[in-house]
Amino acid sequence: MALRRDTICALASGPPPSAISVLRVSGPHVADIIAARCSLQTLKPRHATLVDLLDEKGTLIDSGLAVFMPGPASYTGEDTLEISLHGGRVITELALRSIMSAGARLAEPGEFTRRAFEAGKLDLTRAEAVADLIDAESEAQHQQALKQMDGALERLYAGWRDDLTTCLALLEASIDFPDEEDAPDRVDAPVRETLLRIDQALKDALVQGNITERIRDGFKIAILGKPNAGKSTLLNQISKREAAIVTDIPGTTRDVVEVRLTIGGYLVWLSDTAGLRETTDIVEAEGVRRAMKAADEADLRLWVYDAREDFDMSVVQPGDIVVANKSDLVAPKDVSRETLTIVAKTGEGVANLEADIISHISKMTQNLSAPMITRARHRQGIERALEYVSAARDHLKLQSGSEFVAEDVRQASRELGMLTGHIDPDTVLGAVFSSFCIGK
Amino acid sequence: MHDSFDFDVIVVGGGHAGCEAASAAARTGARTALITHKVETIGEMSCNPAIGGLGKGHLVREIDALDGLMARASDRAGIQFRMLNRSKGPAVWGPRAQIDRQLYRSAMQGEILNHENLTVIADGVEDLMVKNDTAQGVIGESGTAYSAKAVVITTGTFLKGIIHRGAERIPAGRVGEKPAIGLAERLYALNLPIGRLKTGTPARLNGETIDWGKLEMQPADEVPIPFSYLTDQIEVPQIACGITHTNAAAHAIVAENLKRSAVYSGAIAGRGPRYCPAIEDKIYRFPEKTRHQIFLEPEGLDDKTVYPNGISTSLPREIQDAFIREIEGLESVEIFEYGYAIEYDYVDPRALDVGLQVKTMPGLFLAGQINGTTGYEEAGAQGLVAGLNAARFGRGKPHASFDRAEAYIGVLIDDLITRGVTEPYRMFTSRAEYRLSLRSDNADQRLTERGIELGLVGASRAEMFHVKQNALTDGRNKLQTLAMTPNAAQKHGWKVNQDGQRRTAWEFLAYPTISMTDISKAFPEVACLDQRTKDQLEIEAMYAGYIERQKDDVAALRREESLALPGDLDYGQVGGLTNEVRAKLEHVRPATLGQASRIEGITPGALTALLAYVRRRPSRTRANG
Repeated sequence: MALRRDTICALASGPPPSAISVLRVSGPHVADIIAARCSLQTLKPRHATLVDLLDEKGTLIDSGLAVFMPGPASYTGEDTLEISLHGGRVITELALRSIMSAGARLAEPGEFTRRAFEAGKLDLTRAEAVADLIDAESEAQHQQALKQMDGALERLYAGWRDDLTTCLALLEASIDFPDEEDAPDRVDAPVRETLLRIDQALKDALVQGNITERIRDGFKIAILGKPNAGKSTLLNQISKREAAIVTDIPGTTRDVVEVRLTIGGYLVWLSDTAGLRETTDIVEAEGVRRAMKAADEADLRLWVYDAREDFDMSVVQPGDIVVANKSDLVAPKDVSRETLTIVAKTGEGVANLEADIISHISKMTQNLSAPMITRARHRQGIERALEYVSAARDHLKLQSGSEFVAEDVRQASRELGMLTGHIDPDTVLGAVFSSFCIGK
Repeated sequence: MHDSFDFDVIVVGGGHAGCEAASAAARTGARTALITHKVETIGEMSCNPAIGGLGKGHLVREIDALDGLMARASDRAGIQFRMLNRSKGPAVWGPRAQIDRQLYRSAMQGEILNHENLTVIADGVEDLMVKNDTAQGVIGESGTAYSAKAVVITTGTFLKGIIHRGAERIPAGRVGEKPAIGLAERLYALNLPIGRLKTGTPARLNGETIDWGKLEMQPADEVPIPFSYLTDQIEVPQIACGITHTNAAAHAIVAENLKRSAVYSGAIAGRGPRYCPAIEDKIYRFPEKTRHQIFLEPEGLDDKTVYPNGISTSLPREIQDAFIREIEGLESVEIFEYGYAIEYDYVDPRALDVGLQVKTMPGLFLAGQINGTTGYEEAGAQGLVAGLNAARFGRGKPHASFDRAEAYIGVLIDDLITRGVTEPYRMFTSRAEYRLSLRSDNADQRLTERGIELGLVGASRAEMFHVKQNALTDGRNKLQTLAMTPNAAQKHGWKVNQDGQRRTAWEFLAYPTISMTDISKAFPEVACLDQRTKDQLEIEAMYAGYIERQKDDVAALRREESLALPGDLDYGQVGGLTNEVRAKLEHVRPATLGQASRIEGITPGALTALLAYVRRRPSRTRANG
């Protein structure tokens, strides 16, 4: 089956700011994109070449090292361009925009590797292997990462590890050394207490992990407001395309329109929603329901109102952004100073709004100390561990036997192995022998 | 039909590893010789006279399921049977028995001296016969050359064994036995990696001088449960053991004389077991403990010797005299023999393959304490594996092994050859990932069929096994067919979800609140099953959910185990390995990807690199064979 391929691009290195940002472009239009956006019309295959990257107007964005790898001798089997730029947010974003405007779209997560697999470049095992290596699951890398991280997170993981080991040591001591006076026979109470602590810690980590995952998968921003406030116009303005239908008729937008884009180097899902009002129209009512849902799920809510009207501040929650649109139609003094003013139609003020969005997202990520949980696999590991921990707690409640409790705690520790480091039986035995005087 | 070899398999040593090795080889039909310098010490228990316990009892049941000797000998010699962890679930029950030393020895000698295909030779062993880098027999002290296709060495702690007691040093294997010098030199000349360990033993007491009246007694179980699936009931009279404790006065004496202990004077380099510390270790490491428990274990029905379990020591004789007599009940005890520590060399078991064959010397197998383990059960299990595979080697067959999901024997061998040892290795149930399926009650169901295929299991056991299997299958089918609505269940007083879903008797059994007795009352067809079958099925149903859950894990384990890594793999050619990881892989040379994954410090990244490399290699060779 012949697949019609488009060209994809993405930031291949970690989120900026960083020393350099590597952008990767793969697909049939790579040569065209080079011709359109680089200071050199063609690049010598497989040679690192210094080029200027330009935007659609021909303005310099940044200079960087570019490597062109014509297919099929590339990772994906397609024509591929890798370009290393200075790792600033603005540079990265402008560069991606420029490349996209020349005929590429943002890649889905894992799409480069999937293309490599589909091109017969990898068998499935090797595709998995690459994912594994990228995931940096290895204990050595993990240890290194731990060392680099600030103390708080290191203490958190060390705490999990200690708690799990304590729990297992108690359970195993009671199971393996029944004849030992010093080994505890009834361990339910201390195990219950420790499991409760682990349970809470894992839940907390999942909440925090949400944000780090957003960095990878995109922040959800919902544009909300009354009908005809200019939400769709704003979406089109920010995304630089006619993604949403715009008319003067209130209630034009019925469904949620989502656009994927980068703002300040952050991946963002911007959604335009139906205007919020009481309505008897079934379709529109459903649209309003969906808008409310999008509002609930959003990481950031963007309230837009017509500057000529009043805005009911009671709907605004802390952390939301409020924007007065159509500010060209009112006198500046009529708008409160704290409110951003824009003219969505012309784009006036939109740059300020984008800066505000970036600062909101930065604030969300600021206190973040959990780079380890950015991977969905880590998150799933914690979720599964949490399930095992609750199963173990159920067994304690039902008194179904310490061997069941131990089994679930052991599984939990296995699931968390990639974060806490593997806890092997000898670690547990070591804890047993140092805590209890064993040896009849 | 005899070839030029005197024997197919020669087993050197008549301890617990040696007996199981010789019997296993002989059971598969190999012409086997057991060579020991003293026939009358075959089956001797050199340390405390007890068999079984947690993990260890599981091993004994597994040896029995493969028709080995240890369980049957124990059943004829056990004088205090106890099922440990009775208050917990059956997965962690541990059968254990205090053993009459004399009865055990004669039971074991009875088996060995009357064993089909097995010749017992009284001779010391001075050297190995090596041809073409292959072990092909041994040379006796008598000067006789005994040729064989394979040799199993089970000589315990004989490598540079030194007994320490205070300032005394006695070169020895065990008290009263001389170390074998020639064979040891030959083993050292093989340049195998060698480590040093130590272990200890307490003084032996005269039971007639113990004031039993003062002591708490621990009786045997009312109904002793045998080790062997073949034993109907225990006929040996059962006794009680005494329990006493150390006290402040005894602790003071030990603490004052710590420097005189061989362990604390710095004379001992070997590492001792953490689970069996000397009394001086306990007092030093746990100063807050005001007393330590001691079990007073009679060594036999007609033997007045008592083994005080819990106070092994290497203090000088006079200090042992002094502190022991501070202990309640032992105020005027007579000491038959003083405790000591023994330090000895062992062969790093990572030099062995999954059949316990020395990787660098085909035909040479090592089993028991020489591989860094401790305990009769661990020794016996290794003996069985080594004897079986020595016999197979002689026939040109590849090794037979057991995996970690199948048997504690598999856990034991895999731990040894993959991770090596840092202290005398003892089995614990916490070492087994699949503890809920590796139970002591189902060792026969897990292993006897394999044993029959491997030729290890005799006709009578095979027949008994099949009868039992049929009964279990019938019973299981009944339980899985008979069903009831929640409404009907409620009438029996069972608390189940009233969801209208019919559930089978098997599913009801998985409820912690519903027992086989309840099921029998509700379903008359179940009531007529025999009690043993019902007991067994009740346990099975109890863990069925968890065992189902582990199926994916087991499948993953077996997938990795089936991926052989070539023995000559050049790890330098595998991209993406750190030097540290490469060094570890080169040291162990794992036979499978699964084994590689269990080497300490091997990262998932390294495994994927290894997997990718091996998949790319055009030709795949089997690792052992």
